[in-house]
Amino acid sequence: MSTERPNSAVASGQPLTSASEQSTREFARRLRVHVLRMTHRARASHVGTCLSIADVLAVLYGAVARVDPTNPDWHGRDRVIMSKGHGAAALYAALVVRGFFPEEWLDRYCQDGALPGHVTHRGVPGVDASTGSLGHGLSLGCGMALAAQSERLDRRTFVILSDGELDEGSIWEALMFAAHHRLGRLFAVIDYNKIQSFGRVEEVLALEPLAAKLRAFGWNVVEVDGHDHAALSRALTQLPQAAPTVLIAHTVKGKGVSFMEDRLEWHYRSPSDEQLAAGLLELGAVV
Amino acid sequence: MRTAFIESLCEAAAGDPNIWLLTGDLGYSVLEVFSQRFPDRYVNVGVAEQNMMGVAAGLAMSGKTVVAYSIVNFVTLRCLEQIRCDICYHGASVKIVGVGGGYAYGALGHTHHGIEDLSVLGSMPGVDVVAPADPIETRLAVQTLLQRKGPAYLRLGKAGEPKVHQNSPAFGVGSIVPVREGRDVLFITTGGLLEEALRASQQLVAAGLDPAVWSNPWLRPFDVARVTAAAKDFAVIVTAEEGVITGGLGARVAQIISGMEGSRARHIGVGVPPEVGPSALSQKAARARFGLDANALAAQALAAMKRS
Repeated sequence: MSTERPNSAVASGQPLTSASEQSTREFARRLRVHVLRMTHRARASHVGTCLSIADVLAVLYGAVARVDPTNPDWHGRDRVIMSKGHGAAALYAALVVRGFFPEEWLDRYCQDGALPGHVTHRGVPGVDASTGSLGHGLSLGCGMALAAQSERLDRRTFVILSDGELDEGSIWEALMFAAHHRLGRLFAVIDYNKIQSFGRVEEVLALEPLAAKLRAFGWNVVEVDGHDHAALSRALTQLPQAAPTVLIAHTVKGKGVSFMEDRLEWHYRSPSDEQLAAGLLELGAVV
Repeated sequence: MRTAFIESLCEAAAGDPNIWLLTGDLGYSVLEVFSQRFPDRYVNVGVAEQNMMGVAAGLAMSGKTVVAYSIVNFVTLRCLEQIRCDICYHGASVKIVGVGGGYAYGALGHTHHGIEDLSVLGSMPGVDVVAPADPIETRLAVQTLLQRKGPAYLRLGKAGEPKVHQNSPAFGVGSIVPVREGRDVLFITTGGLLEEALRASQQLVAAGLDPAVWSNPWLRPFDVARVTAAAKDFAVIVTAEEGVITGGLGARVAQIISGMEGSRARHIGVGVPPEVGPSALSQKAARARFGLDANALAAQALAAMKRS
């Protein structure tokens, strides 16, 4: 395990300037283009969930998280756990845009022996934890944050959750644990796109009043527009507090591709040739 | 066994600052010696075993060696997917310790019968699975597992089991521990049934036979070589486990024997059927009911020898 300091490529961890916001917006645009191409090529599902979290990942990997693509196992790096592991395409794309591995790897998404449809760390630089079954990532993050706290390291742990994932009881076990142990450098981000696997969140299993529940569990709660880069950056770079922080990121499933936005079906469908072309056009990519 | 466990854990932790202990709110009058001595490396996570396993994996992925402790079913079945995905898939050095293996808490009812753990954990990828026979094997198992990287499951009984071994035996990773030499019938046990098999062997000696008794603490890695050799050397092999017969010691031995060619031992696999059983069932009564006590083991071995 490397303990070297990061090189200059490490993100600053500071709030966004207008120039850097421009760059995270470009990061998110490229990420979305990758996601469309990957899910189209692989005929894979979960494109909607990848698009809804694209801006969070762009801000995290483009500006906030102290990680080093040239030294992915650096002990002092911030940890990022994609607990909603079905957003794998978005995470892999973010790691490519950040420079962890070559873009060509994305061409073989979901192919035999290549990047799988849920997040794996095995053979993939920059992935801190494998996920795919919901309700696991926050506990992993608690363990990592507890280890950092015990070593008095200033590294942060970011855990990205889906809204449907909050149905899992293990999440609430972990929420209690993090608050009890005052894991102030632990950040959870809830991708609150209001649609879960088989219906609207409020119809399947109501989460509201979500912010009040999370506050009652002892967390510092920040509600943000999950597509507003400046707001995301401000919330994710706030000084550590005694309590862990959760961002309720209000998002739109399928964000960025008009005909996919807020539609349950894009949890499952993969874009056809025509839909890919239309989506890439909206994203300003060369078809 | 619990005392031997915590003593050897404390000894190891004194020499290795990376060893942590987590508990799911159990271990009264057992774990205090650790928590008082190493308070910064002890966490009672509460009655939340799924979270405990995730936290354990997260700590281990940050360089710690983590012992996660609770009653057998709570620390295995309740959080099985966390074990599979968070611990095994990451190769995390989490040593899961279950107390109350088999019917150690039999009188407490169905929820506390720890009988599927060895079978189920033995199906998880890359886990050491160890069920020591007595406090001496427990101590050796703790020392060995803490020195090995990766996941492990250690099944313990409760407190107060007698020492079966007279001295500290050779305890290689994945090795059977021969306890009594013999020629015609071989008992292989896992966990605390060793003492029953030893008493059964005395009955067989009285009946004019020359039985051997082996303790098999390691369900994984498994001592394939020694069992293969035994299947050629003995007329009858009796396996005994205080757990379901689907997927444990007997199933493993049967798999090995069935793959062999030529003359080989007859195998009697004694264990618990995977069915709903009686609720309150003391360990003594359970062993008698499922043919696992000394009398029943001796009788089954004798019958098999007569048929072979």
